[in-house]
Amino acid sequence: MAILDVKDIRKTFGRTEVLKGISFSLDKGQVVSVIGSSGSGKTTLLRCLNFLETPDGGSIAVNGETLFDAADPATQREADIRRKRLHFGLVFQSFNLFPQYTALENVTLAGRLLAKEEPDYKARKKELFANIDGEARALLAQMGLSDRINNYPHQLSGGQQQRVAIARALALRPDILCFDEPTSALDPELTQEVLRVIRQLADRQTTMVIVTHEMAFARDVSTHVLFMDGGVVVESGPPEQVIGAPTQERTRRFLESFTRP
Amino acid sequence: MDLILQQMPTVLKALNVGFLQTLKLFVATGLGAFPLGLVIAFGSMSRFKPLSLLTRFVVWVVRGTPLMIQLLIIYYFPGMVLKNNIWGSGEAGRFLASAIAFIFNYACYFSEIYRGGIQSIPKGQQEAGMVLGMTKSQIFFKVTLLQVIKRIVPPMSNEIITLVKDTALARIIALQEIIWAGQSFLKGSHGIAGAIWPLFFTAVYYLAFTGIVTLVLGRLEKRLDYFR
Repeated sequence: MAILDVKDIRKTFGRTEVLKGISFSLDKGQVVSVIGSSGSGKTTLLRCLNFLETPDGGSIAVNGETLFDAADPATQREADIRRKRLHFGLVFQSFNLFPQYTALENVTLAGRLLAKEEPDYKARKKELFANIDGEARALLAQMGLSDRINNYPHQLSGGQQQRVAIARALALRPDILCFDEPTSALDPELTQEVLRVIRQLADRQTTMVIVTHEMAFARDVSTHVLFMDGGVVVESGPPEQVIGAPTQERTRRFLESFTRP
Repeated sequence: MDLILQQMPTVLKALNVGFLQTLKLFVATGLGAFPLGLVIAFGSMSRFKPLSLLTRFVVWVVRGTPLMIQLLIIYYFPGMVLKNNIWGSGEAGRFLASAIAFIFNYACYFSEIYRGGIQSIPKGQQEAGMVLGMTKSQIFFKVTLLQVIKRIVPPMSNEIITLVKDTALARIIALQEIIWAGQSFLKGSHGIAGAIWPLFFTAVYYLAFTGIVTLVLGRLEKRLDYFR
């Protein structure tokens, strides 16, 4: 069964239809890369998955459970959305770390707040917090940041900040981890260190949706590539096809813009 | 000079009493206006149009008229126009009327500083909190608030220092604060009459107090220096 099933997502801002019916599905452990030029709707698609935007049409299901269906108001209750978001993690282009917290605190904050909703929170507080803390340290170590856990974001490089942000998203164990152009704000050297970390996650069978402009990376890491243009999926399939031997003229033209000097 | 030295103990005693009232008004305004300003800020940022328009109108009126006039209206309007002097004639009533005028006036100024501070926080901070499953109030208190405080300390310091000196306006309804106390030696009080120097001397109190306030606010700014 697909872990993520997106059907016919539509979104209009004012008079501009940004998403004109996007469908795709994803199995556990798969990585889908979404490529396309700016304004093609890639970011809006991710924001819809994370309930930062409400689609005007279509449905989103995770593990067979319909989280959102534009035709069913019962799936759109404001009060439920917060919990539904936890199925997804999102890594932003601009990191969006909380500046007043250390790397470790950034990773533990949300978990600690969610622990308050546990029924036996008061009795088990120490144990819960110790677990959250331990997992956060392990994640930061996995990101190669063991010696940086007590640094504040402004003391870290962009690449380090983005790796903290990845650890922060992973800490809540989302079913699907989304990346919104995670390296677009980084110089080439720092880009590589972040891509290396995402590659590791792919090797560990992390289910991911990655919006990216790094074609070589998308080709290596994805099981699936979506090429979007003008709010529709123009071409989708394995990376060898979409990036290696595109069948559509629009895909070809887009990819040429990367190889041309 | 000898005369001044001779009058000094009596004058200082009276000025101290007046300054205590100044201090009380300052503290009451702070305690009231800090939270009320936040309420007004949320009102002016409300997505419910009638509320935000009404709030902005009130802020415009309060910021657009002299605090001195507001003091006079709040103190005299109930008694003279409504024939119901809710404040009574004593010092306690004058203090209450002054405190209400000051709290409301300063809350309006604070609200604009808060609004600017809140709106200056990048939207991404809130969104990061949202995708991490935080509630709106968790995002406000755990993510946004401290960043807002850091940004508004300098403009708030300005307002707070102005407030120290603005308390003198309560003299207009005869609140017995330090200006009133200094002035009393002109007309005659405690056996001293026609002395202008006590009124001038009140400036020393203001200067010393703003000095302390500046130091405290400077330390707060320093303490928030650990992040950017």
